[in-house]
Amino acid sequence: MADAPAAEPAIRARSLSKHFGAVRAVDGLDLDVSHGEVYGFLGPNGSGKSTTIRMLCGLLLPTEGEIRVLGLRIPEESERLKRRIGYMTQRFSLYEDLSVRENLAFLAAIHGLGGRQARARIDEVIERYWLRDLTRQLAGTLSGGQKQRLSLAGTVLHKPDLLFLDEPTSAVDPQSRREFWDSLFELADQGTTLLVSTHYMDEAERCTRLAILDHGRIAADGSPRALQGELPGRTWLVDAADLGAVRQTLARVPHVLSVAQIGGSLRILSEDRDDTEAAIEHALRAAGVAAELRRATPNLEDVFVAATLDRPLAQAAA
Amino acid sequence: MSPGRLLAIVQKELRQLRRDRLTFAMIIGIPTMQLVLFGYAINLDVRHLEAAVLDEADTAESRELVAALEATDVLDLTYHASSAAEISSLMQRGEISAALVIPRDFENRVERGDRPPVQIIVDGSDQVIQAAARQLAAFPVPYRIDWRTVPRAVEVVNYYNPERRAAINTVPGLIGVILTMTMVLFTAIALVRERERGNLEMLIATPVSPWELTVGKVLPFIGIGLVQVTVVLLLGKFLFTVPIRGALTDLYLSALAFIIATLTLGIFISTLARSQFQAMQMAFFTFLPQILLSGFMFPYAGMPVPAQWIAEILPLTHFLRLVRGIMLRAANLSQLWPSLAALGVFILAMMLVAVARVHKRLD
Repeated sequence: MADAPAAEPAIRARSLSKHFGAVRAVDGLDLDVSHGEVYGFLGPNGSGKSTTIRMLCGLLLPTEGEIRVLGLRIPEESERLKRRIGYMTQRFSLYEDLSVRENLAFLAAIHGLGGRQARARIDEVIERYWLRDLTRQLAGTLSGGQKQRLSLAGTVLHKPDLLFLDEPTSAVDPQSRREFWDSLFELADQGTTLLVSTHYMDEAERCTRLAILDHGRIAADGSPRALQGELPGRTWLVDAADLGAVRQTLARVPHVLSVAQIGGSLRILSEDRDDTEAAIEHALRAAGVAAELRRATPNLEDVFVAATLDRPLAQAAA
Repeated sequence: MSPGRLLAIVQKELRQLRRDRLTFAMIIGIPTMQLVLFGYAINLDVRHLEAAVLDEADTAESRELVAALEATDVLDLTYHASSAAEISSLMQRGEISAALVIPRDFENRVERGDRPPVQIIVDGSDQVIQAAARQLAAFPVPYRIDWRTVPRAVEVVNYYNPERRAAINTVPGLIGVILTMTMVLFTAIALVRERERGNLEMLIATPVSPWELTVGKVLPFIGIGLVQVTVVLLLGKFLFTVPIRGALTDLYLSALAFIIATLTLGIFISTLARSQFQAMQMAFFTFLPQILLSGFMFPYAGMPVPAQWIAEILPLTHFLRLVRGIMLRAANLSQLWPSLAALGVFILAMMLVAVARVHKRLD
């Protein structure tokens, strides 16, 4: 971080695009990530999360756009960048036929760590990521959570300034996910900048800031709290005996954008208009369905749904 | 290129190889199996060939000769034919592989000594039999007639394969074939495996350069190739007494050049293939022309000119010239330099193509 000017963010991308033939995987993306942030990429599969991360690491050549990461021009200065970043791939990418310690020793050597220094650092990450009892076990025989801990240990072995994590928790149980996120915050506290992609709402909620990606574009970005506060729509909860009938009725009400069952209630996202409540009540009465309607506090899922609608909310309201 | 990183990759590769039992078995298994299988074809010590005898002379002397030849155990004279046509048809049907013909003027020929008194007709479509018959032709037959006056007791008539090949050529050639099969396959697969299993995506985000990765992964195979050469040479020597008439250092230097040539071919294939299966298919695609056109299966001189041009491009062609020259004709590298140079050119060309194609990105 020393050679990056204080004013310059850790990651800065402008009108970044990547086309695979006719497919626009990433389409004019602008991104600013500050130092020390835990920045989230939230988006469905195929929204361009992995492609963006790969371009930021210098693994893929952008079709268009400018990238600066840690003060380096990418892709021109990717090789210098690679000494300072860690990249944890979506799929387990260490060697399944090497033991935990052999994998770490290999990565240490690759990063130019040698001798006593390497051994000390390997022991350190083995302790930190609870791998002590597994050092001689082949990586291929580890459980999902153990593999993920090993991956993280390997990714931070050379103490990178910036970590890219591509859906790191997609193959692990909830308990491991919690522990994993604790580890990420610990790294952030030590000054590491993290960019994490996910499709879990609860994980996105933990990020200091996040971008919702949809069809290769940023549909919304900001801190989770700000995104929830600035939701360009209203959320409602409906309790009724016959949720199926209510659902059918509400789906036809104008300005209602999405209806989803959450437990024993229906959660409704509507446009941000004052006449919506009356329209919903009217529709329910007309259909002769007994139901109780109340306002709900927007959560991140509402933000996500609003941001990834087929027609953007702002456009629908106009 | 950092020696530390290169060493780390070599070490990792050796560790993985040690755990990959199948590949490990192939390293020793392929040369051993091939040599033993091909070994039957180069085993000159053939016994008990099904044979027919046509004794047109039918004299005491001719019968004595037939008995003497039968006593050698090379021929089992199961059929007594009454005409040349009968022999022809027996051989065509595959019932016999050789026939002993004693002409009507047997005694005359022996006395005059101008033409061989006995004919052995052999099925030349089978090299083993051919070789056996040649052995038989040189066999001193005890006979009361003074043999010193007879220039050659037995004349071999080769029915289906007039071009006689020295079977001993097989073992030196086999070194080349085994290296071609295993080296190209192993390297191509080893390199593509890294991509297929997702390790490459992790690796290219590290300071490893693509050349450190390629060279580091391929280096162990040079050692493995030399081990294979040694296995074939030892088995060839002890099982089939194949001679090594030239210098061992020349032989290993040629093998080293050839191993590097096949490895570069493997590297090139790995830059084209997307999966291990594709790499395997492409590797097989390179085997066929090498095995058919290099002079291993069919003599180079007998091939049409365009086929010879293609053969000149193939590294196996040049290695066969080197290895046969050194092992059988006791030639040295200064006499065989054009072949060594050709391997060098091949390595250089393949490296240039591969350098252009190996890059450190995913797209």
